[in-house]
Amino acid sequence: MTALETTTARRTSLRDYYQSFMSRRASLIPAFAAIAILLLLFIGAEILLRGDFIAPRNISALLLDNAYLLVLAVGMTFVMVTAGIDLSVGSVMAFTGIWLAKLLAAGMSPVIAIPLILMGAALIGLLMGVLVQYFDVQPFIATLAGLFLARGLAFVVSLSSIKVEDSAVLWLQSTRFRLGSWYITPTGILALLVVIVGAFVMQFTRFGRTTYAIGGNEQSALMGLKVARTTVAVYVISGVCAGLAGLVLTAYSGAGYPRNGVGTELDTIAAVVIGGTLLTGGRGYVLGSMVGVFVYGTIKTIISFMGAEQSWMQIIIGALLLVFIVIQRAIVARSDRRS
Amino acid sequence: MRRIVKSRLFWPVAALILLILINTIARPQFVRITFQDGRLYGALIDILRNSAPLMLVSLGMTIVIATRGIDLSVGAVMAVSGAVALTIIDGSADPNSLGTVIVALVAAILVSLVLGMWNGLLVAVLGIQPIIATLVLMLAGRGVALLITGGFITTVNSSPFEFIASGYTLLLPFAFFISIAAIAAVGLAERRTALGVLTEAVGINPEASRLAGVRSRSIIWTAYAASGVLSGIAGVIYASNIRAADANAAGQFIELYAILAVVLGGTSLMGGKFSVAGTVVGVFIIQTLNSTILFLGVPSAQSPVFFAVVVVIVVVIQSPHLHRLTRSLIRSIRTNQTPEANGTTTNGESAGEESTSDVEVTV
Amino acid sequence: MPAETTVPPIVEMRSITISFPGVLALDNVDFLLHPGEVHSLMGENGAGKSTLIKALTGVYAIDRGSIRVAGRRNQFHSTADAQAAGISTVYQEINLCTNLSVGENVMLGHEPRRGVLIDWRAAHRQAAEHLEGLGLSIDTRSMLSSHSIAIQQLVAISRAMVLDAKVLILDEPTSSLDREEVEQLFRVVRGLRDNGVAILFVSHFLDQVYEISDRITVLRNGRLVGSYLVDDLPREELVTKMIGRELDDLAAISSTAAREIDRTGRPILKAVDVGKRGFLEPADVDVFEGEVVGIAGLLGSGRTELVRLLYGADRADSGNIEVGGEPAKMTSPRHAIDHHIAFSSENRRAEGIVSDLTIAENIVLGLQARQGFRKIKRAEQESVVSQYIEALGVRPADPTMIAGNLSGGNQQRVLLARWLATAPELLILDEPTRGIDVGAKADIQRKVAELSENGLSVIFISSELEEVLRLAQRVVVMRDRKHIGELESHTVSLDGLIDFIANEGKGSAA
Repeated sequence: MTALETTTARRTSLRDYYQSFMSRRASLIPAFAAIAILLLLFIGAEILLRGDFIAPRNISALLLDNAYLLVLAVGMTFVMVTAGIDLSVGSVMAFTGIWLAKLLAAGMSPVIAIPLILMGAALIGLLMGVLVQYFDVQPFIATLAGLFLARGLAFVVSLSSIKVEDSAVLWLQSTRFRLGSWYITPTGILALLVVIVGAFVMQFTRFGRTTYAIGGNEQSALMGLKVARTTVAVYVISGVCAGLAGLVLTAYSGAGYPRNGVGTELDTIAAVVIGGTLLTGGRGYVLGSMVGVFVYGTIKTIISFMGAEQSWMQIIIGALLLVFIVIQRAIVARSDRRS
Repeated sequence: MRRIVKSRLFWPVAALILLILINTIARPQFVRITFQDGRLYGALIDILRNSAPLMLVSLGMTIVIATRGIDLSVGAVMAVSGAVALTIIDGSADPNSLGTVIVALVAAILVSLVLGMWNGLLVAVLGIQPIIATLVLMLAGRGVALLITGGFITTVNSSPFEFIASGYTLLLPFAFFISIAAIAAVGLAERRTALGVLTEAVGINPEASRLAGVRSRSIIWTAYAASGVLSGIAGVIYASNIRAADANAAGQFIELYAILAVVLGGTSLMGGKFSVAGTVVGVFIIQTLNSTILFLGVPSAQSPVFFAVVVVIVVVIQSPHLHRLTRSLIRSIRTNQTPEANGTTTNGESAGEESTSDVEVTV
Repeated sequence: MPAETTVPPIVEMRSITISFPGVLALDNVDFLLHPGEVHSLMGENGAGKSTLIKALTGVYAIDRGSIRVAGRRNQFHSTADAQAAGISTVYQEINLCTNLSVGENVMLGHEPRRGVLIDWRAAHRQAAEHLEGLGLSIDTRSMLSSHSIAIQQLVAISRAMVLDAKVLILDEPTSSLDREEVEQLFRVVRGLRDNGVAILFVSHFLDQVYEISDRITVLRNGRLVGSYLVDDLPREELVTKMIGRELDDLAAISSTAAREIDRTGRPILKAVDVGKRGFLEPADVDVFEGEVVGIAGLLGSGRTELVRLLYGADRADSGNIEVGGEPAKMTSPRHAIDHHIAFSSENRRAEGIVSDLTIAENIVLGLQARQGFRKIKRAEQESVVSQYIEALGVRPADPTMIAGNLSGGNQQRVLLARWLATAPELLILDEPTRGIDVGAKADIQRKVAELSENGLSVIFISSELEEVLRLAQRVVVMRDRKHIGELESHTVSLDGLIDFIANEGKGSAA
């Protein structure tokens, strides 16, 4: 059937509406699934904990505790949409965190220290991006090298944790802006800002749309797009986000710790995948990743409220990731067969 | 055939010898071996013993990579294996009995086999990308290990168990003999049976292999199962060494070192031809490098920086892009070409393969 | 209306010569393209069509000759250069992003912006306008993947117009389209032509070429055969020019075509109604013991598709297969191998030779795969390998040489060795003589004749119709993914066969 005329306006029946929706927004379905899961979790928690869960202080804490992961997830979304992966984010986060702590302890003003660590993170991202784009290195090897590098550098900076005394940085975490029982910290605001900027860039800039093109079409260079520039840039962005996450985490815990973030990249990938981003690239939303982070955070909260062991956290996240991947694979296989 | 082996092993072996030489010059006691109470001691002996877990994991990783795959779960499997073994020993009536230890070992290895087959199922049957398929176990595995140990770091006092990592047989550390056995087993399985060639065929050209009737699914499954078993044994050695099951520390980052060892040994990450001997040399290079770094007084936590540099160098050298660049550079230096002819040479290089298949196949 | 030659050409390619290691892909070819015409480039495999197009679109650099676009001399180094000069290509595999919307695909990289941010409303409006300009009314916000290939193709053409293309190259655009969709495409193409766009149309569907083109250029073996107005070139002449008559130094091979075949018993293989949607129309084939069945047709006629279904390399949607009279399941190569069927793919590099393995390992692969994990004893291996290297004349005769380094002809010999070593009852050869030197061609044909005389059944595909007529007792004729007829080869001449193919079975041979 040739669809030469597919009318845009007349949605006379519900069926038309459904069809139009499916043809336009089918890629949003995974993100909707994530929201559905989040709602289910909230409801389930509410029941399990006998009405103690959905309270302003818990939801506010959700953002507070997972702000660092939110920032990481934004950067990871950019990379994964281009069909890449960044295994270094946990280590870069630890590196920038401890480096910041050391610089502050040495008396440097945060106004200089913070941009400095962000530049360091950006440099590591640049290195990985160059390896991927110009040396044909597979992303996971290139970012694995980044992981090694950042982790080692973290310990070079300091072998043990360093407390942060700087008031400006601590302010980021300790201040609460209250609205009734709800509250938000500057770190929370920062995280949300990163999400908003990230979402805007992906949706409304040519750069953002190019990332989707790269993920959706291996030959996108033939479309005349600036593939090289964009590919390197997403790794730099991921690096900077990891740097910001280091700032947030250091403020949160009041100290830099070189052992931070071991395995965090996996949690980030899990959150982003749960939020609807395809591992194979080409599809994903920053807002979806945000939902994914909240799913992660909620599960963690439920587990700790229930007094269960932390090890369950890893198992559940692993299982969830698996389920999502298998579903993604089935959906992709079906749409491949159709086209 | 001998020519190929020689040229592929040449660089890794040369690198290893160079490393040993540098070490020897810097600290002559590096090559000193002392004999005491029927045992040999020395830095070299330490390398032989300490390399065992990495050796086993790397052997498994070699086979998996040969099928164009990767196994990121090896560290997690080590953790689970250690947890299983120690929980059994800890919960038994007599931790010191050889029987108990054997039961524990068998259980641990069986569990690891199942985990490996799980990976194989995801990759070979469900067709999931190897990175992601093994990522799942990498995430969940440590959680499972923690559950088994009840969240604690279980410790035991069991001399048969301790013997695995610290014991000696025939002058040399027992762990070293485990390495030898594994190398022999993998080497024989791959080369004495058709497994090696078929694995290479699947890795080099999956479609041609399929059309030729090769059972790709079984081969891929076997590769991951083997990786699982080897990681399980490695996990037992590690646990024996620290006399505990530490679900978080066991095999931490070992997947990265294993991949590095495989790559250093000359096996390509793109799959296909692999070299067990190359991986063995690669493992020794890493252990010696580690030893060197420690000797230089660098805290072991900082050693990843060196390895990052090594990874980058190796990967850049292997990069086809670099080959193309150097080749056209050499050519332009040698013949002083005009821009037009340069176009030809780049055609000849990069388009050469495509073009002949163009002529054969496309419109 | 074909453009008259008074209008200067928009693309002028003169004396184009391109060579690759061992192959002269284009030899002094001239090619002119005028605005406001639909120009078809015709030729069989290896003729040089894709090389010529890649030279025009900046993928290959030329060794000699010149390219002028709109009067200006050009040396393209990349597709971006070519696009900037107004040359756009719509490839067979749609080069768009199926994960994005229609409108986005049309405007990708050129979205209207307010400052730095994309103005989506304006983008979709402009996309809709461009699509309307081609006579299409599509929901620009719908995902590209929700539309048929036909529509996706039109979107790709639309995108080319956004980039202000003066030359539009359509590479096999109709391979996946049905009749209605082809008409729709042609309507769009004619509209563009009437607006002065020069259209380079590459297709092997003869009917369509005649329906849409104003001019036809024929290439053969890297050389220009000629450029003709479509009205001046009847079909038979075109096919003859494409296929040509080569010096028949292969006449020395005794013709097996006349051999008597006993068709009274059960056929070795019998396929009834075997087909696959979008791939091959249901077809019947049978092969008897010692018989060579040739499959003839132009490129894209469905020959390979048919044999792949017979071998289980692809899964059929319909029909059934019997081997030796017994119904057989044929959904994977392993099933075929168990039934003693062997298949040598036309794409020997991608689907045949395992390039990093040695000659010996390649030859033994079929046997080894069948045997499983138990290794074939070294002595046996060496004997099989040396036997076949000698029998088929593989050069260099070194079993330890890496197969990827062999010439095309020797690779084909190695593949043949692999399959013969498994002692099949039916051997399917898809284009075994393509792209190899004349000596090797003769050798392989001799071998096939010999084997069939000794009882091996063969299905033989070749674009070189003389080969097919020489070796096969029966010829199955395919066209446009359909089985259109079957001929006893000793009853038909080469001309008759060409005629049959060109006129869909209505020619003098029927």
